Amino acid sequence: MRLDVQDLAFGYARKEVGRGVSFSLAGGEVLCLLGPNGGGKTTLFKTVLRLLAPHGGRVDVDGDSVAGWSRLRLARVFGYVPQAQLGVFPFTVAEIVLMGRTAHIGPFATPSRGDRAVAEEMLAALGIGHLAPRPYTEISGGERQLTLIARALAQRPAILVMDEPTASLDFGNQVRVLAEIEQLARRGIAVMLSTHDPDHAFLCAHRVALLHHGRLARLGPPAEVITRESLREVYGVDVTVTELPRADGRVARVCVPTLGSSPPLHSGERAG
Amino acid sequence: MSPDSITALWLSLQVAVSATALNALVGIPIAYVLARRRFWGRNLVDLLVTLPLILPPTVVGYYLIVLLGRRGVLGAPLYALTGWTVAFTWYAAVIAATVMSLPLIVRTVRAAIESVDRDLERAAYTLGRSELRTALEVTLPLARNGILAGLVLAFARALGEFGATLMLAGNIPGRTATVPLSIYTAVQTGESAESLALVAVLTALSCLVLIAANRLGARAA
Repeated sequence: MRLDVQDLAFGYARKEVGRGVSFSLAGGEVLCLLGPNGGGKTTLFKTVLRLLAPHGGRVDVDGDSVAGWSRLRLARVFGYVPQAQLGVFPFTVAEIVLMGRTAHIGPFATPSRGDRAVAEEMLAALGIGHLAPRPYTEISGGERQLTLIARALAQRPAILVMDEPTASLDFGNQVRVLAEIEQLARRGIAVMLSTHDPDHAFLCAHRVALLHHGRLARLGPPAEVITRESLREVYGVDVTVTELPRADGRVARVCVPTLGSSPPLHSGERAG
Repeated sequence: MSPDSITALWLSLQVAVSATALNALVGIPIAYVLARRRFWGRNLVDLLVTLPLILPPTVVGYYLIVLLGRRGVLGAPLYALTGWTVAFTWYAAVIAATVMSLPLIVRTVRAAIESVDRDLERAAYTLGRSELRTALEVTLPLARNGILAGLVLAFARALGEFGATLMLAGNIPGRTATVPLSIYTAVQTGESAESLALVAVLTALSCLVLIAANRLGARAA
């Protein structure tokens, strides 16, 4: 499965957020989207998923434009992990994950034993099997995030789109989610995620896209994209990118900000 | 009450229930489309649907005659084809009541749909539900109380319709003379006792409907 985004312009009905965005993503690859708040990461994701109509350009899967696809066909290819929010309805965690099977259930059928087995398998794979009977509204933010990931996996997508999957997690869960992303890519799934942490991109991404003011400022391997110059340009802060020997003997790249030498919050940025 | 009054009351209820059912079928889809879709001519549809709320009922009735009368834009071909005309029939009373109460249901339901969190619909889309099924299974159930309130208001408006009904359906006892028209006739002919009974019944019904609408509205908020 191959995703091609060509010259995409995106935004809301009366306001364009970004344009000229092109990239491709193959199965087994992890693309990490970095960029300041308001840079258009979530809007770009929603446009790729056709939750928003593109203002221009196209989104192709295996050379076929998704513009004419039904929701059902889209959902069999794309899994979406939105930013975890407080639930509205007290569905149990097991029920939420089972909803990921919607695209695989016939029009008037109910979930089969097989669908329930898939849901349980995904809960177990993410180590949250014990949460199954708990109401979604009463679990922690990190647990909600893991539940939404399990739901997207139950969909068995070829392309997984994750909007800041590590945002509300504690350190341990962040590492677990990043490890899970690596595993998913190894199984041939194409993963596209956004994050605010350059170190997370170093840890799991094959390629990094730097989205700034709705345009791709940089696109390439993490070591080439995440540099002192590019982060100063996009975030307006000073960082040091360096290499460290890891406990397992391999070399890890890390990004450390220099406090005090950064200019104050620049006025051009929008919140959110 | 006299048998004539009971006939009028029964006729009014039949007309109001039919008009409300028609409004549910037509008004709820219009409200959904106005709330959720952006298309060319959207403001025009909004204007046309709302117009009966603003125009005098006799003007709406006049337009209906122009449209549906025996020599009307739609009425003439229908008469040529079938030899039948809708004017001055029971159906005309239903159509007049439907058109006059349509704005109430469309505006109430539209507001209820607009207050439904779009992310809940988007969640259904990303899981593979079509727009139609998402509307039926997510949006409309969440807008339930607003829809009920709109139906109740539309029913009350249909029950009290006078002007447009008189224009298109006339005032034929037993066929198109609903309660408001019968009250008018009774007053004109000096049968004040008769009109008083019908006025009391209509007032009581309207109060009940208003209380029901308020309760539904309070639960929706």
